[in-house]
Amino acid sequence: MRNEFSKKAEEIISSNTKSVFITGDLGYNALESIQTIAKERFINAGVAEQNMVGVAAGLAYKGYETFVYSIAPFAVYRCFEQIKIDVCIHNLPVYIVGNGGGYGYGIMGATHHAIEDIGCLSTLPNITCWVPAFKEDVAYCLIQITAEKKPAYLRLGLGKAYPEQIEISPINQIIKAKIPKITIIALGPVVHNVLEAITENDNVNLFTVLRIPMIKFSEALEKSISETKKIMVVEEHVERGGLGEHILSFLAKKTITKLEFVSLHAKGYPSKLYGSQNFHQKESGLDVENIKKELNKLFAL
Amino acid sequence: MHHIQTQKALRKKLLSLYFEANAGHIACSLSCIDLLIALFEIKTKNERVILSKGHAAAAMYTILNSTGEINDSTLSTFYKNGTKLSAHPSANSFENIPFALGSLGHGFPIGCGIAYANKLQKNNENVFILMSDGETNEGTTWEAAHFAVAKKLDNLMVLIDKNNLQGFGNTKDVLGETAAKAKWESIGFEVIEVEGHNIANLIFGINELKSKKNGMPKLIIANTIKGKGVNYMENKLEWHYLPMNEEMYKKALISLDENYNA
Repeated sequence: MRNEFSKKAEEIISSNTKSVFITGDLGYNALESIQTIAKERFINAGVAEQNMVGVAAGLAYKGYETFVYSIAPFAVYRCFEQIKIDVCIHNLPVYIVGNGGGYGYGIMGATHHAIEDIGCLSTLPNITCWVPAFKEDVAYCLIQITAEKKPAYLRLGLGKAYPEQIEISPINQIIKAKIPKITIIALGPVVHNVLEAITENDNVNLFTVLRIPMIKFSEALEKSISETKKIMVVEEHVERGGLGEHILSFLAKKTITKLEFVSLHAKGYPSKLYGSQNFHQKESGLDVENIKKELNKLFAL
Repeated sequence: MHHIQTQKALRKKLLSLYFEANAGHIACSLSCIDLLIALFEIKTKNERVILSKGHAAAAMYTILNSTGEINDSTLSTFYKNGTKLSAHPSANSFENIPFALGSLGHGFPIGCGIAYANKLQKNNENVFILMSDGETNEGTTWEAAHFAVAKKLDNLMVLIDKNNLQGFGNTKDVLGETAAKAKWESIGFEVIEVEGHNIANLIFGINELKSKKNGMPKLIIANTIKGKGVNYMENKLEWHYLPMNEEMYKKALISLDENYNA
């Protein structure tokens, strides 16, 4: 999604002279054209993430919409207090862009993974987290972020194209079953594993959620949940503070009863072994085979 | 008003705030209030003083009361439930308090962002960042310092309130001389060291330094006395924290009368 991001960001930077792009010394082979277009509005702030976010807050205070780019873990955790105080408390238009959310950086190891980012950030005031699932979602998210002009986090991953083009919204129905038995809600590009797992299945409704916090369930999602009464959430994020808990907190306020709820989520490093993104997905049960297995169990209930 | 009278009057106001609130951080405010007096004499309407040592908020509130931005009735709410004047500055209430500050090490990076924006806007405004010497322990100080030099932010001025005491010890004993002139010069700051309680000297120094548009960010190391003006508080670590009882308050006012006798 990095290319989709830089393409859309180029558009924004060139059309809005009150925008600034800051990178924490990353973006080789992706941000060069933004750098060329933005000129003095492009800042390499060096390997200094806390300062980078403080600088962004200062720029935003002076009227600049400011993108802050790094890989997801570096963009979120090191500078969490700056995001909380300098940006969120003042409700400034600073847009944190984290590349390689979840286990995206695979074999790079635990330092480079961000599997708690949404949970951490969604506790803060004023900020909205955006998690594109398909590559076309990236431009949509950026349009929303720049329209809202408030703190935002964009979690990028490895997204493929939509199987068939839809009108993108904060909650999207990707697969619509004729006789739905299960509702799957996915966060981010792990949706591609779900798509592969349900190819031979014609009674699963599949949704993606791009925006956390959700403002409300979409009508289609609400209908699907009440019809199927079986929900599976799939996310490359730990259980605490993830999409699953978010969905449950919504469900608790509704009157839909007798629900079956399965959460497939990142489990950290259960075997203490490391590998590719696919390896870690498998370790956490987010791989195609396990999704199939869990679906069959859920069908049988 | 003569500077000495201002120094005394604002200190009296400051002490009354702390006494009424039964609050601490008195010596921290007395240490830097002269820097704020000088800065508010110099700065233009749109220029900002970022009080990175947010624990001296009462000194800022006192100054903003003297300029009319915080009226007396608002000032009297200091520390009380429902106030806009928390012990450390809160967000979004006053033009000259643009940021909530108090967790040390935040003001300098923010100031760098403002200075960079001023450069983009070509507006000739400066930004002033008031830090404590203990605050130079923070890693962000050094991130921001290198940023300011690399981006040639000569419209940025850091003032270090160097009173040689921090939260739990002498600054030199805790992490060493993180506010030493040579250290900052070696990074690429243009540095002057001044006596931090002489307003005329401070104004002269700040003006001279900010007029130098030579691509170098500026630093004023202001040698100050923690608790300045109240004899029994001066250079005493405990007055970072303690509130005054009535007897102490009266004694403090007498001390001010003796020390600021124009």
